[in-house]
Amino acid sequence: MKLQQLSLFLENRPGRLDAPLEAIAAEGINILTLSLADTAQFGILRLIVREWDKAKRVLEQAGWVVNLTEVVAVDVLDRPGGLATVLKILDGAGLNIEYMYAYSLRRGDKAILIFRFEDPDRAIQVLLDQGLHVVDGDELMSVAAA
Amino acid sequence: MLTELWNDAEGGFHPASAPDFLPATALKEVQLRRLRAVVARAYKNVALFRTRMEERRLTPDAIHSLADIQRLPFTVKTDLRDTYPFGLFASPMSDVVRLHASSGTTGKPIVVAYTREDIEVWAEVMARTFAACGLHRGDILQNAFGYGLFTGGLGAHYGGEALGATVIPISGGNTDRQIMLIRDFGVSALCCTPSYFTHMIERARELGVDLRDLPLRVGIFGAEPWTDGMRRHIETEAGIKAYDIYGLSEIIGPGVASECSAQEGLHLFEDHFYPEIIDPETGEALPDGQEGELVLTTLSKKAMPMIRYRTRDITSLITEPCTCGRTLRRMRRIGRRSDDMFIIRGVNVFPSQVEAALLAVEGTLPHYQIILTRDQGLDRMAVEVEVTPEVFSDRIGALENVRTRLAQAIEHILGIRVELRLVEPRSIARSEGKAKRVIDRRNEGG
Repeated sequence: MKLQQLSLFLENRPGRLDAPLEAIAAEGINILTLSLADTAQFGILRLIVREWDKAKRVLEQAGWVVNLTEVVAVDVLDRPGGLATVLKILDGAGLNIEYMYAYSLRRGDKAILIFRFEDPDRAIQVLLDQGLHVVDGDELMSVAAA
Repeated sequence: MLTELWNDAEGGFHPASAPDFLPATALKEVQLRRLRAVVARAYKNVALFRTRMEERRLTPDAIHSLADIQRLPFTVKTDLRDTYPFGLFASPMSDVVRLHASSGTTGKPIVVAYTREDIEVWAEVMARTFAACGLHRGDILQNAFGYGLFTGGLGAHYGGEALGATVIPISGGNTDRQIMLIRDFGVSALCCTPSYFTHMIERARELGVDLRDLPLRVGIFGAEPWTDGMRRHIETEAGIKAYDIYGLSEIIGPGVASECSAQEGLHLFEDHFYPEIIDPETGEALPDGQEGELVLTTLSKKAMPMIRYRTRDITSLITEPCTCGRTLRRMRRIGRRSDDMFIIRGVNVFPSQVEAALLAVEGTLPHYQIILTRDQGLDRMAVEVEVTPEVFSDRIGALENVRTRLAQAIEHILGIRVELRLVEPRSIARSEGKAKRVIDRRNEGG
């Protein structure tokens, strides 16, 4: 149920984003979604791709430092208060969110959010217990293909 | 008795290593005899030395014991520049078979000369170096020191051949080919600068080559100071024994001192290079064991004798016997070179201090560079540190934490503020020779 997310270190200056994206594009690897977190001096590019192991190898061979993290994708109703409901559940269970970002594609009346938890396994259990839908890798890719 | 030692010792000692085991009295006899000869030679043939002796009302006859060396004038690096190119030669050019030159950071290079005998002595001390590092006939030695005007390449080359090893004269650079030959030729020993070898380790990893799986067992590293932490990194990541060697072009090139199996200080080949430790401020000789500037006298050099040459390297001498059995005195590893020191806001800083701080935080030494700039008359120091897989995280907070800890560790040691910048892997230029750790832009465009 967990997704593999690749993270890359980037310096925060113009043009730094191009090189890694080109490197994986050259291998025909499709990016499902990405998010960029930054400070004044550096940034972290987080990627979810179809073939994460191949992408990791390609990036490492090109000299990037790549980190692999497990994240969780959750369906959230795309209406006011949709996210608040999920956050309340997580908060109630004492689950710590390191960070989160939205998946670039929607599905009907649902948006998909990507969460980085301290404890992803327990988070999945809590979300499933509360009747929420956790999106796995295959499903995420089928959204992209649709 | 020495012959027995070579035959009986584990692995055997190379015959060239015989002088390493001379009894102290015999060694002193050799040193005194050679010292008197070299002083006489320099006095007769080198105008600068003769003038300085005359100023002190000294003649070569003043040398009655080794202690009398303290009466002789020093030679310093600027003497070589001031007499550029051939002013310190003690042999006619017809006897000089080789010239080398060092880059020098400013202006004219430093030129050094060798007679045929000098080349033979050089090959001998380098063979003794390799033997002390556990090499012998049958070893395949990849020599990745630069060939050319730099003394490293050819010095190691002749020494390797004198030992009877199989030498691969690959020189520095072309890292992918270095790794290919290490693997394809079954290279068992390699010599280069420690910073270049860490680059090879990094590149091998990218190419999917694990050096630990290969026959490579010994690395001989020199030409720049490196820390114990860097040694541990190299030994673990490459699965080899990493030895420190010491030398400088002005004296002969590599082959002045070498570690042995004990890895506890470098044996000085003092039958050819006589060491003293002095107080760099006063020039006074310091007792054994005390830290100061290393001063060397070439006892057997013909083409270019150096009398009491001030190396600007800071170390101390170890006189206790070594477990390897060599009777030669040892010097502690050079942690800092006075040449590398820079002054920022009145504080003396050595790159090795920054290294120690980075090592303490990260466990291994990342690639780094110190950048000095001047902003409205105020000196600023920035340290750029490449992000390694060990410290990288997908969380901003974790990276900021690494950055703060690195900056604090440096500030704690130096007592001055530094700007610490995390930079992308491979963004700091790699050197195939000596690493360039400090970029001083303080006098640019000011």
